[in-house]
Amino acid sequence: MASQNLQSVPAELSPEEQEREAAGQAYFDRIISEDSRIEPRDWMPAAYRKTLLRQISQHAHSEIIGMQPEANWITRAPSLKRKSILMAKVQDEAGHGLYLYSAAETLGQSRDQMMEDLIAGKARYSSIFNYPTISWADMGAIGWLVDGAAICNQVPLCRASYGPYGRAMVRICKEESFHQRQGFEILLELSNGTPAQKQMAQDAVNRWYAPSLMMFGPPDDDSPNSKQSMAWNIKRFSNDELRSRFVGMMVEQVRVLGLTLPDKDVRFNEETKKWEHGPLDWNEFKEVLAGRGPCNSQRVERRREAHENGAWVREAAVAYARKQAQKENAA
Amino acid sequence: MTTKDTDFAIDGHGDISVGVHGAGASGDGSASATRITPGNALRPEDIALEISRGQVKPSEDVAEFALRIGDDGLILAQRLGHWISRAPELEEDIALGNIALDQLGHARSFLTYAGAAWGKSEDDLAYFRREHEFRSAHLFEQPNGDFAVTIARQFIVSFYQFELYTKLMESTDATLAAISAKAVKEVDYHRDHSAQWVLRLAGGTDESRDRIIQGFKLVWPYVDELFEDDELTTRLAEAGVTVQPSSLREEFDHLTGGIMAQAELDIPGVPQSLGGGRRGKHSEFLGYILAEMQVLAREHPGASW
Amino acid sequence: MAPHGNPEAPGSAASEINREAPKVAATTEEHQESPWSLWEVFVRSSRGLSHVHAGSLHAPDAAMALRNARDLYTRRNEGVSIWVVPAEAISSSDPDSKGSFFESPQGKDYRHATYYTKSEGVKHL
Repeated sequence: MASQNLQSVPAELSPEEQEREAAGQAYFDRIISEDSRIEPRDWMPAAYRKTLLRQISQHAHSEIIGMQPEANWITRAPSLKRKSILMAKVQDEAGHGLYLYSAAETLGQSRDQMMEDLIAGKARYSSIFNYPTISWADMGAIGWLVDGAAICNQVPLCRASYGPYGRAMVRICKEESFHQRQGFEILLELSNGTPAQKQMAQDAVNRWYAPSLMMFGPPDDDSPNSKQSMAWNIKRFSNDELRSRFVGMMVEQVRVLGLTLPDKDVRFNEETKKWEHGPLDWNEFKEVLAGRGPCNSQRVERRREAHENGAWVREAAVAYARKQAQKENAA
Repeated sequence: MTTKDTDFAIDGHGDISVGVHGAGASGDGSASATRITPGNALRPEDIALEISRGQVKPSEDVAEFALRIGDDGLILAQRLGHWISRAPELEEDIALGNIALDQLGHARSFLTYAGAAWGKSEDDLAYFRREHEFRSAHLFEQPNGDFAVTIARQFIVSFYQFELYTKLMESTDATLAAISAKAVKEVDYHRDHSAQWVLRLAGGTDESRDRIIQGFKLVWPYVDELFEDDELTTRLAEAGVTVQPSSLREEFDHLTGGIMAQAELDIPGVPQSLGGGRRGKHSEFLGYILAEMQVLAREHPGASW
Repeated sequence: MAPHGNPEAPGSAASEINREAPKVAATTEEHQESPWSLWEVFVRSSRGLSHVHAGSLHAPDAAMALRNARDLYTRRNEGVSIWVVPAEAISSSDPDSKGSFFESPQGKDYRHATYYTKSEGVKHL
């Protein structure tokens, strides 16, 4: 059983086991080369499992932590329609976290454990959620830029080689299609509103633009794991490739909004046929990732609080279920 | 499966709903479990449209009544909204979110309708009235407390609302009847949700039992107010618009009593609060709720969002 | 046993897979709390169609699992009926034997109408 397997690398494999490993690897390689899907009970290389587990759980954590900056405005939303929309959106994020935790669980890690890691500060999540939402326009900028970037990232993931991950992403992408649009509409409404509202919108775009570009991850030459992930069909496009496409889309959309991107270096490179953007502050990115963002401790603390305050409720439900089962057995 | 099923463009989300369709790993079959539709039900926007076309307009009395039940839902939704991202388990974040969204939906419909009497929108009413102009009952403004308090409050609310909306479906006022016909189904689920939790908390651990007992003690003083008749309800009952709130009490007592008995909980023997919410006399809580809810809208009067 | 009886997680037979999943068993013992168990959710999208696997969730018992499934998997009218099944109650075929387990039907094209070409063009056949 599992406890015997605590050592991560098997000391020695018997010839029989070696043969099974080799057969498993060959089968795995064939599935990947056919661009087919790996399913949970298939043999898979340890590194593939580990990479997926890390990526999917980080993704799930991002959804759950990502609820907070937006939940921050639910009670203050300036119209009842916007309040409904925002509530539904934050609720969706809880759902997306759940879909993703389920996918990660198929790799053998319990959700409970993942949650423990998150509140212990051991797990990572998208560092953009460590920035504060200080104005209503941030709801627009998060929807338009942050969800926009997330969608760019996620749509190719619907074809990720790991079946449960791809399936979760299909569901998530479908549901997210409203998230970006509602963000765009918030900004559009503000941009066409009073000067103060327009200012609020531009300020939010200014603050969220660079962090949203950094959501695609470090530049390709500084992203050592990308190559392997692409070979495994977990990742379909490189960080820079996706970032460039995203910039191109934003350039067009920001015009419709009547706002500007805070980047004077944005241009279409006719030679490479790619969109280019100004330099990004990767140092800040690393700082925030390392826990020195404005809201890191607040976010984790809130999650810890919710989890710990809920413990007695979860226990009560389990105790009740146990008692009911005993009653039924006795009857 | 082939990749072409999922091989959609990534240039914008517009393609996603089309592209993902039928993209389940097991083909069309799994897609059916993710097929989404907006459904078909009466929305606040539909009511606003009818109002703008001059098709419906409530009398002063009906509007005043719609304001009461609209405010109930609005204030409760405001309270419940705080739970999202703080619930005991992620599944419960979603459940409480659904209940909050239902309540907010009912509130928007009732307030939209009420506003038609005075040329006001739902947002005019929600964001630009002051404390004493709100007509919600005290129960709805009670703090969330711990999960047990929230459940106890929700339990009372949903059994009360179920009785009320059931009767309102027969209202001589077609709009109130239509809003209630949609609301009653949703509230029926809220009854189930809160009853399930009352049973679990009461029959779970010693701690959870103590907490739900305490929770009921905190919110039970605000039960009587829900069933108080006054001049408005008397006039409206005579006109067949609604029934006297007092007439809902028996069934409420019967049904809640049944669940409480099953949970082996006593109806708390606590004195009943004088209430006064229907006349604009509120507890200390409402001021803070409104301060938070209205702050942004009031900073930008006349703005649209 | 797989953690939480997840049917998609490796069973004890797949020793090479288990090797990567030890953390769960190692740490659950430290927990005072027993987590809500895992349930698989099947949704019937409309009358006349079969229930299809939609995903999973955690719940303390069947009654709550159904309610959680309603809230989680049918927020957008995805279904008219839901099944929930404890994940540990599902048995699945052995992934290692996928070759032999599913070999027999291969090549038996006489089970399919397309095999019978001589009747092509004959009406109502």
